[in-house]
Order: sequence, then C-alpha cells, then structure tokens
Amino acid sequence: MVAANRELLSPTMVHKGPGYGYQKKREGEPRSCIRFKCTLINTIQDVLRQRAGWVEVKDDSEWDFYWCDVGWLRENFDHIYMEEHVRICHFRNHYELTRKNLMVKNLKRYRKLLEREAGRQEAAKCDFFPRTFELPCEYHLFVEEFKRSPGSTWIMKPVARSQGKGIFLFRKLKDIMDWKKDGNRSEDQKDETQVESYVAQRYIENPYLIGGRKFDLRVYVLVTSYVPLKAWLYRDGFARFSLTRFSLSCIDDHYVHLTNVAVQKTAPDYDPEKGCKWQMQQLRRYLSARHGTQRVEELFRNIDGIFIRSLQSVQKVIINDKHCFELYGYDILLDQALKPWLIEVNASPSLTASSQEDYELKCRLLEDTLHIVDMEGRLTGKEKQIGGFDLMWNDGPVSKDDINLDALGSSTLTANTHLGYVNDRKTQLRQLLKSLSGQKKV
Amino acid sequence: MMDEGTELSVTIAQIVQKLKGSNLHSQLERQAKECLQRPEIQLEDLKEDVKEFLKKSGWETKLQNAVYRELNVLPPPSHPEAPAEHIKEPLAYLRKAQGSWEKRILKSLNSMCTELSIPLARKRPVNEQKELLNKWNEMGTDEPDLSHFRPVYAPKDFLEVLINLRNPNYDSSDQPSSKSHWGLIQVPLKVKDIPELRESFAELGLNSGQLGIDDTTQVPADVFESEHAGIGRKVLIEQDSAAAEQYIRQGCPNELRAELWALILNATNEPEDILYYEQLKSGVLHHDLLVDNLIYKDVKLTASNDDYYFVFEDYLYQVLLCFSRDTVVLEHFNYNSATPPKSYIQGKLGLEDYAVVYPPNGVIPFHGFSMYVAPLCFLYNEPSKLYTVFREMYVRYFFRLHSISSFSSGIVSLCLQFESLLQTHLPQLFYHLREIGAQPLRIAFKWMVRAFSGYLATDQLLLLWDRVLGYNSLEILAVLAAAVFAFRAQNLMEVTSLAAAEAVLADLSTLKVMPLLQIFLFATIM
Repeated sequence: MVAANRELLSPTMVHKGPGYGYQKKREGEPRSCIRFKCTLINTIQDVLRQRAGWVEVKDDSEWDFYWCDVGWLRENFDHIYMEEHVRICHFRNHYELTRKNLMVKNLKRYRKLLEREAGRQEAAKCDFFPRTFELPCEYHLFVEEFKRSPGSTWIMKPVARSQGKGIFLFRKLKDIMDWKKDGNRSEDQKDETQVESYVAQRYIENPYLIGGRKFDLRVYVLVTSYVPLKAWLYRDGFARFSLTRFSLSCIDDHYVHLTNVAVQKTAPDYDPEKGCKWQMQQLRRYLSARHGTQRVEELFRNIDGIFIRSLQSVQKVIINDKHCFELYGYDILLDQALKPWLIEVNASPSLTASSQEDYELKCRLLEDTLHIVDMEGRLTGKEKQIGGFDLMWNDGPVSKDDINLDALGSSTLTANTHLGYVNDRKTQLRQLLKSLSGQKKV
Repeated sequence: MMDEGTELSVTIAQIVQKLKGSNLHSQLERQAKECLQRPEIQLEDLKEDVKEFLKKSGWETKLQNAVYRELNVLPPPSHPEAPAEHIKEPLAYLRKAQGSWEKRILKSLNSMCTELSIPLARKRPVNEQKELLNKWNEMGTDEPDLSHFRPVYAPKDFLEVLINLRNPNYDSSDQPSSKSHWGLIQVPLKVKDIPELRESFAELGLNSGQLGIDDTTQVPADVFESEHAGIGRKVLIEQDSAAAEQYIRQGCPNELRAELWALILNATNEPEDILYYEQLKSGVLHHDLLVDNLIYKDVKLTASNDDYYFVFEDYLYQVLLCFSRDTVVLEHFNYNSATPPKSYIQGKLGLEDYAVVYPPNGVIPFHGFSMYVAPLCFLYNEPSKLYTVFREMYVRYFFRLHSISSFSSGIVSLCLQFESLLQTHLPQLFYHLREIGAQPLRIAFKWMVRAFSGYLATDQLLLLWDRVLGYNSLEILAVLAAAVFAFRAQNLMEVTSLAAAEAVLADLSTLKVMPLLQIFLFATIM
C-alpha cells in the first residue's frame, strides 16, 4: 500500500511559497529532497523511509523534519534554530495536556472560566474527566472527596509514566499512606527522596462492557496549530479489550482493569497472535446495532467535545510555534450510560504495531499525518479532509456541509468528523492530488 | 396422489397436533377464560366475541406466527403412507450414506473415549459443581488440558464423503462430455439455474432497493433507507412473522435486526424460556459430558482466534454447553435426514431399553461449529435470548449444512448448485481450475458449511443471513460462493496451483455481499 502511494506523492508537483532554505534553489521549483531524522525504530521509521523524495539523515546533519522523542525535545528545543520550513513533531510544553496532573489543572481552570463566561450548562460539558486530585499536594482535598463517597474505588496513576506502569487501585486510605502530605514519617524517612507525584482519580465502576469485558478507545487527533487552533481527527482507531471478564471484586487483578496493550502483553494468557482490539468501525457498528444510530451519533458528538474542550483548555498555555505539530493518542472510556470519559492524552502514542492489521493502521495514520504537515507544499490550506483525517476544528467548528456559517445557527450544522466511519483515504487522496495538480500554474 | 384439499387437512392436523399442549396453547386458553369478564363479551355471540378479543389483543397474531413457524420447518407434503424415514429423506441411497457417516462419527467419538479413558458422561461432584457455577460467566479463563482431544471431524472430512456419493440407479457410464458435470459432486439432484434463481430471489433485483447497497454514504437516505426503516418499525409493532420474513428480503436496519430476527424465528424470551434455559444450565453443572471438551476445544481453536468474535468467548460456552443438553432439539430429527446417535449404559450394549441419545440433543459438534453462534453474539447479550435464537436458527437452517440429504437447502444440493452455476457461467475458469488440480468446491465448501461465518466481515454476514431468513433457504450461500469466484475470476485465471487459488480466495473480509449477489444474479449475460 505504501508503494502505491509513491506514485501519488512524487514531489514533482506544484510548489508554493518561498524558497526552502539550505539547499538553495530557484524560485518556484519544488524542493529536491526533504531531509528527515527519526530516532524511533518502529512504524514511523518505515513510513518516513518509504516516502518519495525524503532522505534520512543521522547524527548532527541538518534536517528539515524530525520525528523526535520528548526527551530530546526537552533538552534541545530551546537551543536550536529552526528555519521557517522546518517541522518537528512535538510542541515545547505539550505536557500541559499530556501529564495527568497538569491536564486536570488546566481543565479545571477552563471549566471555571466557562462557568463565569457562559454559564453552568456550558461548563458542565467539561465534565468528562473523573474527579482527580494530585498527590501529595492536594491530599487533604482528596480525603474530603474520598470521605464523601464511602466504598468507592479510586485509581492511582503516576503522573509521568506510561504503558500502565505504576498504576493500582485502592479503596482504603491506608493503601496510599505514602502520599499523605506531611505524613507521620519518621526522621529517617524524611531524608529519603520525595515521593513520586501521582494523581488519584475516581475509578469508573460501571464501564460499558462487551462480552463481559472492559475496553477503552484509542483515538488519534493531530494538532497543527494552537493559535489559531487547528485540529484533525482520524477516522480509524481501535477499542482495546481487557483479556479477562470485568469484576469489581478483584481490584488486585491488574490485567482486568487496565486495558493498555502494554499491560495486557504481560498477562499470563496473552497470545500475541490473537490481539485484543476491535477496529473503531466494528465498535461503531456494534454500538449502533445495540443502541440505534441516534444514540451512537450523540455519543460520538460528545467524544468530539472531549477533544475540542481539552485542546481549548490548554490553548493559551501551550507555546505555539509554527514549526510544531503533534499527533495525540486520546484514551477514552465509555460507561454503561454511553457517556464518554477522558482517561488520558498521549503525546507519543505507541507506534509499535501489535499485529499486521495494526501495522497497516499506523502506516495509514502516519502517512496521512505527513500529508497534512505538507513538507512538499502541495496543499491549498482549504482542505477539510486529507486521507483518513477530517478537519475537526479550524479556529471554530468545521461543518460537513459547505454552507456559509453566517447563514445558519451553528447548532444545526453537522460536524465534519467521521470517527469509526469508512476510511476512504485512497480514493480521497487520488482525487485530492488530481485537483491539486489541476491547479498547477503553467 | 393426494389432492390439494387432503394435503392441506393433513398439514393442518399436523400443526394443530404440534401446537396442542404448547405454551401458547395454554396461554390462549387462559386469555380466553379471563376475557369472559370483559363487557364486550356477550353470551349470545360468545365464540365470535372471544375470537374478536383475541384478534384485537394481538393473540391471533401470536398464533399466526406459531403456525407460520411450523409451516416453515414442515417437510414437503408426502404420501400419507410414507414411513417416517422417508419424510426425513426420500432417497434411499442418501439415507444409507448418512447412516454410514453417522456410524463413523460415533466410532471416532467412542474410540476417543476409550483412548482417553473418559466416560461419555459423568456426574460432577458437588464441589466441582460449585466451582463451575462460580465461573459460569468466565469459562473462557479456564485453561483445561485439551491437547488430547481432537475434533471428531472437520468439514473437509465431510466433503470427502459427499464426493463419494453415488446413486446406484444412475448410469454414469457415458463418456465424459461437455454435458457431464465437471465438479466433485456426482449425484443427480435438481438445482436451480439462474433464470429460476432470479425468480426465487426477485426482491434482490436491480430495481429494488437493498440494504447493503442503497444505504451507503453516497446514496441519500431518503431514496430507500429511511422508508425501509420506517416499514421495519411498523412490522415490529404488528409483530407479524410472515410480514417480517417478506420485509427482510431487502435487508434489515442494524437497530431493528435483533428484534426482527427473533420475530421471524418466533423466538420468545418469556419467563418460561428463561426458566428452561436455567434448567439446561443446571444440567451443565450436574453432569460433565465428553462433548463439552469438544466444545471447549472448538471455541478455543476457532472463535477465540477470530479478530472480532474473541470477545464473546464466554457467551459461546454458555450457549453451546446448554445446547448439548437440550432434548427439545431432538424434535428436528423428524425432518432431518440424520438420526441422533445412541449410546448404551455401561454393560448393556445392544439392549434398546438401556439406550440413551448421546449427546442429549443428538448433535455432535465438529470443527468450526461454534462459528454458528458467534455472529449472533453481536445481536443478543442476554444468554437465554441468545440461546433461543441460536437453537431456532440451528433447527431451521444450520443442521442442513452437515447432514446428507436431497433437500434443496441441504449441503449436497448447495455444493451441486455452486458447481453448476460455475460450470454454466464461468466455464473457462472452472476448466482452468480443474486442470491445475484446484477443484472450486474444495475451496468453497468450508464457506458454505459455516454459512460464511468467520469469512465475511460481520456486517456483511448479517446482511447475508437476513436473506437466509427472508427466503427461508440456504441456496443464497451457493449463489454467493459462485459470485465470489466470478468476482475474483481474473486473478484465479492466472494461478497455477491449488495453494495459489486458495491464497486468492483466502481473504473475503473486504467483500460486499449484496452487490456481488445482485451482479451475479441479475447482471450476468446468459
């Protein structure tokens, strides 16, 4: 499939804009090659290497595009100079959205703002994250809430780790004594290093189950700019199932409660060939068969709302930079009332494939990401769909229909999102390229 | 020959006999008694008034549905003197073949039993019963040692039996010619050709709207989809099985499917049905059957490895283990050419008084059997409802896919139909495949035996099964198999081995069933 795309994407297409810099060339000519750097050894490397006209550079060579890891970014971003055309795959302070304690803080603040400016109803639309407290600094607030709901289950997550590491469930305060602020620690203990920052979050005890199993959704959102906010939603995604039947009675069973593939992979009966994922399309069909199209459409509209509001909540905090784009992996959980909950946002969603099908999904996703980043300078900027990505927000809601927004009230428009719908990217890309080449100036 | 009138009265008598003593009968009686209190019931016109009441309150429809159900499964009318075995299967040589096949299966089962020294059935000790009850909802997490068990047979074993069927009265000594049959099935059964199929499947024609074609995103919903959905809702309100069956020929909207299938199959979920299911469940807890291990093994090998059905593993055990113990299933052997296998209490071999049907429902599962249930898990999640629907689907359709009979929906006819369609309309392809040692039936057989479950994408499979229910026939499976070959004909013409042909046809998950069927049936130039 990637091979087929080669012909579609040869860089000898229309070029727009000023010269690209280092490799001096005449005005109006397409860039002869795009130098990329990539430190991850998985699907993204394959996709970059197979892209026509893109050349890999290593070590200290100059690059036009860097798929870096967040560690490198943290250490180097502030010290490098990037020419106008250069692109990098993270925002400087993405962690405002992706670190659990910061995300919660930003969301809470945004919610307050909305309540002041637009009223309670509007603010209530931000109630898609379970009650969360950062420990140890919010320990006392947490205890108040904890006491208000006796018998409830809570989940402790380390702020900065991923892949399900360090997560556990608890019902008794004594299980989290270590995070007690100014706790009764002995003199010896006080010399020890500070306890790691965690968040305590109300565990969703009534998750939607399929076949008796809990699952969560992984959805991909691409942000190319925060100011103005421009975000794209990928049609494909998947539901990750827990390997065992859900039951609240056994909260020590790590494998039941965490659906992260990384955790499931260590479960004793994990069969790597089996995979425990459903494609988003399959999930959508299943839910529609069970609950009818209307309810499911409402569910997906609410899921769209999660993306938009979470991004809006960090819009003013994130350092916007035209060189940056970021592909987020959103983890969403559904409860039995078909209400979606935001569990987490990942700035570096796993690009390692767990199966052939998964590999193909990630290839499509990354290819289309690169189309949108558009190093080749082919797009007009007016596109609403590129491959499997639909433009979800462009400094305002984007509607499916091409109607003048002033003419109608925004509530009657349908959003331009197709999560779980057919991904017609091949046809779409072919048509797009045809229309772009048709605009080529002679 | 009987005249139509006598035939009809025999049929009516049969149905009345069947429905007498059924649940519905007692419910109707109760309703009739209770309605006597009502003001509109007058003594002068008692009979008429009661009838009118039953009509208005929907009970007549329920009775109609029950009658319709019986008509659907009733074998074709036969001579009043015909013995029971002729009703099961009129052709003697096929009866004989089915009998020998059954002997083979039973022998295989018994030898496995002896080899492993496991009894066919054993009572569970109390603590084991308790344990099983505790993990009833997650039997999938159990990892019993199944390495010594093997499926009793696989579809390809059954295919070999079918290939060797011969009618002793049929003289096939003529030299092979273009008129002779090129395929593997060599029995002279009547199968429909395309003009006859076009008539039978008229509602799939190019001029009728179809779900699976006219509900794609390019077609505006008001062209067909919305109206069709509206009609579907009306049919559900009326609760009329016959109307539902007619309606579903053009496909069923996703949200209405669970209810519509239950209506067509007349599968109820009354307290009595739930109670019955619970009784079966306690049967599972009390006794352990050898076939249970076969079921576990099959689920682990097939459904658990499927990308979509793995999630429903636990439901499959809950349905299939109960199914094995359900003696109601034995009724279908009246019109099934198969006969339930018998086993004898230890030490009493050959004594009919000590014979029991084994397993209690008379059906020995084979490799892939659990795939009949898996797609239904998409629609139903209450175990008793799922169970009732599956059982009804089995006794109406699925049993025909693994028993030898001359019935038009039987697997033998389906195979012959598939081969005839291919030979008539794609002779070049058929010839080529034959020449390279890739008889088409060798590839298509497994699709038909499983009614395409596990081969098509789930939504496509459900659209296909909509039509199986709508036409009360499995012939569409043979037509689809031929249509798939027609679709991939170009690639198949280029292959040079059976393995390569299998590879071309290995992945059907991207196929759209309805366009394929429509094109093959209605757009083929003859």
